[in-house]
Amino acid sequence: MTSSDSSSRPGNPTMAIRSVVIGLALIVLVPLVIAGAINLAHFQAVYRSKVENELSVMIERHSLIVDSFIEDRLSDIRVIAREHPIERLGDPDFLRRILNVMREEYHGAFVDLGLVNSAGVQIAYAGPFNLESADYSSAAWYQQAVAQESYISDVFAGLRGSPHFIVATTRVVDGEPYVIRSTIDFEAFNALVENIRIGHTGFAFIINRKGEFQTSPRFEVALNRPPYADILAGQSRADRISVINGEDLLGRPSIFTIAPLKQGRWLLCYQQETADAFEEVRSMSRLAIATLVVVSLAALAISYLVSVRLARQLAAAESERAVMTHQVIETGRLASIGELAAGIAHEINNPVAIMVQEAGWIDDLLQDPDPTSAENLSEITRAVNQIRTQGDRCKEITYKLLSFARKTDPTARPIVLNDLVDEVIGLTSQKTRYANVSIVTDLEPDLPAISASPTEIQQVLLNLVNNAIDAIEQPGGTVTVTTRTHGADVVLAVRDTGKGIPEANLGRIFDPFFTTKPVGQGTGLGLSICYGIVDKAGGTISVESEIEQGTTFTVAFPRHFGGAEVHTDSDKEREGT
Amino acid sequence: MIEASVLVVDDEGQFVETLVKRLDKRGVRAKGVTSGAQALAALEGGGATRTDVVVLDVKMPGMDGLETLAALKEQHPLVEVIMLTGHATVESAIEGMKRGAYDYLMKPCDLDVLMEKVNAAALKKREHEAKILEARATLISLRRGD
Repeated sequence: MTSSDSSSRPGNPTMAIRSVVIGLALIVLVPLVIAGAINLAHFQAVYRSKVENELSVMIERHSLIVDSFIEDRLSDIRVIAREHPIERLGDPDFLRRILNVMREEYHGAFVDLGLVNSAGVQIAYAGPFNLESADYSSAAWYQQAVAQESYISDVFAGLRGSPHFIVATTRVVDGEPYVIRSTIDFEAFNALVENIRIGHTGFAFIINRKGEFQTSPRFEVALNRPPYADILAGQSRADRISVINGEDLLGRPSIFTIAPLKQGRWLLCYQQETADAFEEVRSMSRLAIATLVVVSLAALAISYLVSVRLARQLAAAESERAVMTHQVIETGRLASIGELAAGIAHEINNPVAIMVQEAGWIDDLLQDPDPTSAENLSEITRAVNQIRTQGDRCKEITYKLLSFARKTDPTARPIVLNDLVDEVIGLTSQKTRYANVSIVTDLEPDLPAISASPTEIQQVLLNLVNNAIDAIEQPGGTVTVTTRTHGADVVLAVRDTGKGIPEANLGRIFDPFFTTKPVGQGTGLGLSICYGIVDKAGGTISVESEIEQGTTFTVAFPRHFGGAEVHTDSDKEREGT
Repeated sequence: MIEASVLVVDDEGQFVETLVKRLDKRGVRAKGVTSGAQALAALEGGGATRTDVVVLDVKMPGMDGLETLAALKEQHPLVEVIMLTGHATVESAIEGMKRGAYDYLMKPCDLDVLMEKVNAAALKKREHEAKILEARATLISLRRGD
């Protein structure tokens, strides 16, 4: 057995409009947001790498400047130590002249100049402090200078009590090591580093390996926290420039750039708040977000306008469709009536023919020589009664036809299918009689009502019963109409013992204009109209068929819950006539 | 005027009954039945010779007018048939004439018109019978060598 059913329903137009707005907005916004996010992320990554690269380059350049500043000062001292006899270097006046030249040339970077003998005593001194005869024999820088030939000290307070550092070189004369030393002006050196400033929060400073500041930082720095603590503890590499992201003393995300100085004995540190370093990225992000918001609003506005326009067109199409549906139902109804017309004409014609014959018979009798004979009077009476009987029969037929030929009223009201079944079967009685079809009804007593248009459901029933009768070929068969309650549904089944529907046709049976009847005998609209009517009433229609066994059409309607008075079609018709 | 013999066949019993009475009154020997099968039965066993014309309704349950006509013409070719039809079955009546019916009439029909057609049909049948008798006589005399 094969079957087919269809229960899809058209959506609510308001819902459809909402879906269009949401759909259009999503279509526009989703790619926009994704593209925007990807671009922004890409831009941020590129910009971050660019910023970090720039920081590295800048710090490297400055580390070279600082290194060369120190090396140049040491070279100056070395030149002086090598070029002049030790006796002249031991002359404070000579030293003063050289110091003055050097201060002029180097903008005061050299503070003083001194010669220390092998005993560690400064035997000649030129400079602002009174350091002649100062004993450096136990000073660390002196010992290092003698040991290493050249030496650059860390910044220390020393004998003068203010921060400074010393560049020193050793010259051996007659086996005795003499040390030429000079103090480098801390302010001049500090200015080299302090001038490294980017943005509002960037600042640089130098520390030594012991974590002592070699220049004074512009802002407070905690060297006991990462990343400085890690580098000082030797956990991070300090032999090349590193860019590290971390937090500053106040917990603000910051970017740390650290470069080695003096072969790694000092570290040039640069620190800047990340937000400050990436200010451009942030303003770019703000611009991108603003653009996205503007474009989104524009997209929403456009999708809203498009949807409103669509909604109007949908509403227009919907009302047009409603009119068309009504017209199609009406057409289908007329086609059904046309199909019945032959049978009904014959049905009317038979009683009319009898009436004409009876009237003619009365006429014949009246022309008798003795029209009032008892026999003739009795025959006339019988004929008159027969005319009345046949007249009543005509009236019944017109009632049945009128109940169907009435204009379709699409208003739904509570109806009981059993009433309609009786009416429709009455309407098809002539057709079944000549087709040798017997109609059997198996109707559930006290069947619950359904809510639908009585004329439309009548049409569904008539279509199904007509089709069932048409499906039965000679020598005849049976059409069974059943009504049942099935859960919350009221189910009507029309079963015939006809030829059955081939499986290939079953799927198309509810399609408009699909017909297997010869041209001119079927519109192909009947079942499609039935489908439309049943669907409108919230029901479903399905078909099961087996070749040479028969076909069953099953229609299920949701039962009507409510107290409204149940409509009986024939009652209304009789009242109106 | 010949005295025709008519068999009325219609599924409406009351129609048959009254029509038979009216035909009787006009000197027609009329008989009525209400189905094709009954009509064929009535013509069995010499019924055909006593029946000139069958007035046959086209639309009947069971064996309809055209089927009855076919069977009747096959078994009793000389019996003339007048089809009775409503508007919707005129095509069937014309089809009937193609299959040998003498004429057709629309229901409800005027009895005088029916009488004319019945008489004409009966006359035709009688003429056919006369021609057959004549042909037989000629055949017999030819065999005798007259």
